[in-house]
Amino acid sequence: MSEERRRAFISGNEATAEGGIAGGCRHFFGYPITPQNKIPEYMSEHLPLIGGVYLQAESEVAAINMVYGASAAGARVMTTSSSPGIALMQEGLSYMLGAELPAVLVNMVRGGPGLGNIAVAQSDYWLATRGAGHGDGRCITLTPYSVQELHDFTARAFEIADRYQNITMVLADAILASMMEPCELIPRREMDPPDRPYAVGPHDSAERERNIVNSLWVDFDVMEAVNLRNEERYARAAAEITDWDEFGSDDPQILLCAYGISARICESAVMRAEEAGVRMRLLRPKTVFPFPTQPIREWAERVDAVLVVELSMGQFVEDVRLAVEGRCPVDLLGRAGGNMPSVTDVVNRVREVATKAGVSVG
Amino acid sequence: MREELFMAGIGGQGVNLAGQLIGRAGMNLGLSVSWVPIYSPEVRGGSSTCTIVLTDGRVGSPTSERPTSMVLMDPKSVATFIGRVIEGGLVVINSSLVREAPPCDGCRVLMVPANDIAAEIGNARTVNMALLGAWAAGTDVMSVADVARALREMLPERHHVHMPDNEAALERGAEIARAAR
Repeated sequence: MSEERRRAFISGNEATAEGGIAGGCRHFFGYPITPQNKIPEYMSEHLPLIGGVYLQAESEVAAINMVYGASAAGARVMTTSSSPGIALMQEGLSYMLGAELPAVLVNMVRGGPGLGNIAVAQSDYWLATRGAGHGDGRCITLTPYSVQELHDFTARAFEIADRYQNITMVLADAILASMMEPCELIPRREMDPPDRPYAVGPHDSAERERNIVNSLWVDFDVMEAVNLRNEERYARAAAEITDWDEFGSDDPQILLCAYGISARICESAVMRAEEAGVRMRLLRPKTVFPFPTQPIREWAERVDAVLVVELSMGQFVEDVRLAVEGRCPVDLLGRAGGNMPSVTDVVNRVREVATKAGVSVG
Repeated sequence: MREELFMAGIGGQGVNLAGQLIGRAGMNLGLSVSWVPIYSPEVRGGSSTCTIVLTDGRVGSPTSERPTSMVLMDPKSVATFIGRVIEGGLVVINSSLVREAPPCDGCRVLMVPANDIAAEIGNARTVNMALLGAWAAGTDVMSVADVARALREMLPERHHVHMPDNEAALERGAEIARAAR
């Protein structure tokens, strides 16, 4: 971006909130839950000062339905929560997908299942990429791995949500939420209201028919048409916004696949490749729905094995396996409950995987 | 250059604020920086730790297996964490609360009577600054002036009256580190 950005040393939560404001968010509804409370706190302070609305709902169920209503009325709207709270929102999300409405949702994932704990985890991957309640709908899902990306991706999520008329989720975790890093802030600016010809609200009845926002479609063909439009959106998103980053050897023996905080650990493992005696490359998705299937498939043709690192006992790895389609072995290093593999754990597992795949480890 | 600083103390000793200060000072110097807190649920009296990575390359993992330096502010933190520092690493210990330097093969221990320094200055909230002064002068990442500048930026204007006390504590800690070098 060419505009002047101010550099700040801030937490992931603050960067996310300010990213939302920079992306045009002027309506926020939420319910407190650790480890993301700094986001509603920030919004409660800042939104009223810029003519926005901050409202603490009585529950996550209420919050997501307020989001539904605000979006139907044409607002750029956002809610944020953490794992158990996101689970409570599933019905509302499904209704919004049925009504084809945009909104931005942030999940700062914590340990689970159940009420779990407040520590780092990546165990809501399925909830994010397969979730959004019942029915065929999906959330477009972005996976930042730094405070800067939390800021940038949250701002961009509003544009993506409107472009595809679909809920867009930023999927992060307890460490990214609380850690502080330098962040170049996108300047706030006045933005025109989003162009939503389908939005409800006051209008001149001579100019158009009244709009109705609904997710109940009794007629089979009308209901199927909603699903077909959503499918068309996801196909368009796959072609237009699939995003990932790569780091490491141009001639790797082992491909590491990880997103978010796990990708940070893997990055350090790649920096220790020489000591490990294995040539490594990290491929980290910045979007997981749509998923970067093609680049993973291309690398799978060239490497001896793939190692997936995630803070779950195996969710993200399934998408990697679908991309690899048996072209090479895929192994998983998973931790859970707030525990993370160390960089040494990753390096050691890379050596094991390489040895098993017949690579002569230096 | 890659410095992995680990700080630990009791909640309320200002561990996290001190860590954020070093992170901000690192940012001012143009370094890649991260600060990660891990603290127990108790608001006061629980153990409080944070890790700051400062590097001229990529940060990668923001946590550290073997910190290159440590600031340990209470007896429990010293007993729990000192063994994790790398060989040759600097460990700054609050000797007002930890009377005897623990055995630490191959590491450089700096005993800084931080509570006593703060008491002499007459400002109990400068304990962490005395320790940071020793850390800054005992490593080659940043100067005491860099730390003071970041503190001035972080403190709300109304607290700038406390800057002289904080600068005095930083300097007293730094003197101990310089004498040991």
